[in-house]
Amino acid sequence: MNQQRSRVTLMVGTRKGAFLLHGDPSRHQWRIDGPHFLGAIANHLLLDPRDGRTLLMAARTGHLGQTIFRSSDWGKNWVEATTPPAFPKAPAGAESAAAKAVDHVFHLSPGHASQPGVWWAGTSPPGIFRSEDAGTTWAGVPGFNEELVPSISEAIGAVPGGAITHSILVDPADASHMYVGISTGGIFESRDAGRRWRPLNKCVAADFIPTPDPEYGHDPHCIAIHPARPDRLYHQNHCGIYRLDRPGETWERIGRNMPTEIGDIGFPIVLHPRDPDTAWVIPMDGTTIWPRTSVAGRPAVYRTSNAGAAWERQDDGLPREQAWLTIKRQAFGADNCDPVGLYFGTTSGELWMSATEGESWRLITQHLPEIFSVSAGMVAV
Amino acid sequence: MRVLIPPPLHSYTNGRSVVAGRGATLSELLDALDDDFPGIRFRVIDEQDRIRPHIRFFVNAKLAASVGQQVAPADQVQIICALSGG
Repeated sequence: MNQQRSRVTLMVGTRKGAFLLHGDPSRHQWRIDGPHFLGAIANHLLLDPRDGRTLLMAARTGHLGQTIFRSSDWGKNWVEATTPPAFPKAPAGAESAAAKAVDHVFHLSPGHASQPGVWWAGTSPPGIFRSEDAGTTWAGVPGFNEELVPSISEAIGAVPGGAITHSILVDPADASHMYVGISTGGIFESRDAGRRWRPLNKCVAADFIPTPDPEYGHDPHCIAIHPARPDRLYHQNHCGIYRLDRPGETWERIGRNMPTEIGDIGFPIVLHPRDPDTAWVIPMDGTTIWPRTSVAGRPAVYRTSNAGAAWERQDDGLPREQAWLTIKRQAFGADNCDPVGLYFGTTSGELWMSATEGESWRLITQHLPEIFSVSAGMVAV
Repeated sequence: MRVLIPPPLHSYTNGRSVVAGRGATLSELLDALDDDFPGIRFRVIDEQDRIRPHIRFFVNAKLAASVGQQVAPADQVQIICALSGG
């Protein structure tokens, strides 16, 4: 681990509340703090990397509507947004499709490093919202919510549970350059801070759509932009693993290089914070009726160290058999240490980590509620 | 107007299960509640002024169909979190 005076805190969002796990500087011992908001659905919980102390959480309960909470003291006190994300009130007599309500905020994303206090939120039904006051008030992005989304909604129609906006990426080199992923909907790019959008799905498979090579309607599960080389994108899709090097427009299916018996289906993808050629995925069984569990009941992480030309299995320490884990798209994260620490949570409430860039794994804790999100933040000590 | 608050909303009412309300309709009552207890309205009513799926309002023990229902100072309004799931 690097010798800078910092430690890692894990932010874990679950179906029944949020947890913070504070690591010691060596990442051996973890102190669990929580649950926060026991019983609430915590879809996403993030530490603001720009100040290292502000937590933002997207939450709702089974009964009540969605909202966003912020804490500046590691969860001792939470302050609710005064204006949570909400679509505009539809005119009287408008078609029911126009009268949209945010069911839940699925994804939070801090704004550009040059814009402290700016946050983005992705919702279901699909929408993106922006806050300029550290999450206190939120405003919809009309170019996305009212122009792009209605124009693509016919691609596959409504889906049970609702389509979600799950990846909002701001180019570290250009605050006005953004990528957004909608599942189902596709990947879209804006170069004017969200006013106008264009699809960016060339050569991405969409096996479930009868139209060959559709312009949109794809099912990206998780998109990542490399922080040190922001012209490089990776994404895990319903139909494979892909890499795109800009200014190119054509995604390359690097999942073709995965072992055939494993396949290239899964939900999250995690990038090495410094090496643009290294990424990790956790394959799920995407055959037949889509069990979405560890392939053959033998969990494994797969790493590429050459931008997807080859993949290596990393399962040392993980269960060897009869382990049918499911890892959701926001439940896999990396810290900034050297070597990089990797962390994933399962729907069965287990939290696993590797302090060796995936070479070996160990269980941090288990018996948590269903884990929806895991993120790692660097905290100065 | 007497308003009964269910436990999931007690964090907004400082733990009180009964509060005083005012207004001529449920919508006005909710606006007034939100003035007194900021944030409470949006947790039970969405941005289209629809009652959220797991919320019910009873006025004098009769189920209300919408927030347009009229209420009077002598009424008792009860907010219910409908049970579901397993």
